[in-house]
Amino acid sequence: MILTYVELKDDKIKKAALEALSEGKRKALELNKGLAAVVIGSGKEGLAPEIFSYGASKVYVLENPAFDHYSTQDYAFALAALAHKVNPEVIFFPATSQGKDLAPRLAAKLGVSLASDCTKVSVKSGDLEFTRPIFAGKALLSFTLKSSPQIATLRPNVFPLTETASRKGELIKELVALPADQPKAQVVDILQEHGGEMDVSEADIIISGGRGMKGPENFEVLRELSSLIPRSAVGASRPAVDSGWIDHQHQVGQTGKTVSPNLYMAFGISGAIQHLAGMSSSKVIVAVNKDPHAPIFKVADFGVVGDLFQVIPPLKEELKKALG
Amino acid sequence: MNILVFVKRVPDTESKIRINPETNSVVEEGLNFIINPYDEYAMEEALRIREAKGGKVTAVTVGRDDSLVILRKCLAMGADEAVLIKDSLPETYDGLRMARIIAGFIRKSFPDYKLLLFGKQSVGADNSQVPAMVAELLSLPQANVVVKLEFEGERGVAYREIEGAQEKVAFPLPAVISAQKGLNEPRYETLRGIMMAKKKQIPIIPIEELGFELEDLAPQIEITRMEMPPARQAGKVVSGPPEVTARQLVDFLHNEAKII
Repeated sequence: MILTYVELKDDKIKKAALEALSEGKRKALELNKGLAAVVIGSGKEGLAPEIFSYGASKVYVLENPAFDHYSTQDYAFALAALAHKVNPEVIFFPATSQGKDLAPRLAAKLGVSLASDCTKVSVKSGDLEFTRPIFAGKALLSFTLKSSPQIATLRPNVFPLTETASRKGELIKELVALPADQPKAQVVDILQEHGGEMDVSEADIIISGGRGMKGPENFEVLRELSSLIPRSAVGASRPAVDSGWIDHQHQVGQTGKTVSPNLYMAFGISGAIQHLAGMSSSKVIVAVNKDPHAPIFKVADFGVVGDLFQVIPPLKEELKKALG
Repeated sequence: MNILVFVKRVPDTESKIRINPETNSVVEEGLNFIINPYDEYAMEEALRIREAKGGKVTAVTVGRDDSLVILRKCLAMGADEAVLIKDSLPETYDGLRMARIIAGFIRKSFPDYKLLLFGKQSVGADNSQVPAMVAELLSLPQANVVVKLEFEGERGVAYREIEGAQEKVAFPLPAVISAQKGLNEPRYETLRGIMMAKKKQIPIIPIEELGFELEDLAPQIEITRMEMPPARQAGKVVSGPPEVTARQLVDFLHNEAKII
């Protein structure tokens, strides 16, 4: 069986989790195995039909009042207990902040190695082969996992969503008894930045600024542009972050985030190698830069040589027209 | 507070990576190696905690003799001691193997630690696995991708970066913390620090001395291929009056790429 961890945010299923479910279904079909899903939290059975529609035939809902607040240890304990009970051969997680925090803890608990942040999972002579970027995308590593279950986290925005017509399956609720008096870390609060601005790792479109932005105030221009475009986020290159113009959360590149959006718009970004590593797997790249020799143009599908401050105002007007 | 900081030697982020397809490994010749940038934030945080609360900071790495350079850097920054755990295997990309070595070392040599600090990932393997795995193997609480860290007595509070927000995580000590950029601004080594670091002895512990069975440390990751990502083709580049180029750009996005 392939088991997929379904991460929730505010009682909704995260898109990256639906992507992991979709990929789970594809691999389950190829390997002729079943697909099951696991949700952690009380009263979440209402989400089951949506999970079934992404191909799972079983949904496990693990319940305990403590699960209302995320704790790596509690969640890993619950998942390990389920794994011991149902013996999945493969476990997929979305490679989100939570998936990256939880999957290694579970892997160590089960004594198995882990494939992190995969961008491709293939079936090779009946076995799974995992492919993932290393050096933030400067190279790709493919490998098999010899330990079982095989656990992998899947990078958001890479695996296509595939919904099926079925909204039925088996729902199994389990009350999990957690170990008492274990020293543990617990989330006590969540602090929203900028009123819950979309993160670059989750955005379909990233509007990024670099040294050419010249100062922190000009990132407002990019935020305005972003407000016109649904599911977009504001990104930045390292020089912009290191100059203190924008928070590090927004940094794309080797000491920031590696992203694969549908569209990456680079404004005033020259295209240093460590930045290109982090965004070259974007589906479409466009760039606006004053310097016609900027390396960013070597990877851009469409480039504009010009002053970004002069290009953005008419660009906003044209975008408004195109978006209706 | 006794703190262990785990550091790793990595190619600097400006490096162009080349691959040897025969061995499925990265060509090290011509690369400039540095301490993993995220580990530098961990190191700096350890020094700041020691300055505020006292204790001892020990920098630890797992690798070959060429990793001694980054331990010297940690000593020059202000670490009290440094230890090299000698592992002759090249990069295995297997986080569990590394976590077992580290947990084995801590159990054997450092039972009285209060805090284990790591970088949130190494730039290179990009796994983000080892801190959480070490925490599990030692049954410790963890907070990963931390941008702010505070202590009060035997408890800590960490602010960890998540998508578009921060999680405030409370935990008892001892604990495992992994550092994210933004946690602090690492200091430069002073000349005096560099001179002192040169004089310090760095103990070298072969992994064979940590009491493992051979099969415990056999990598469970079997590399089948290492390759370069598909090269991107440069597309159309336009210049001219902004109203014209802006229209061309949107026309491309709308009609050709069909994204907007």
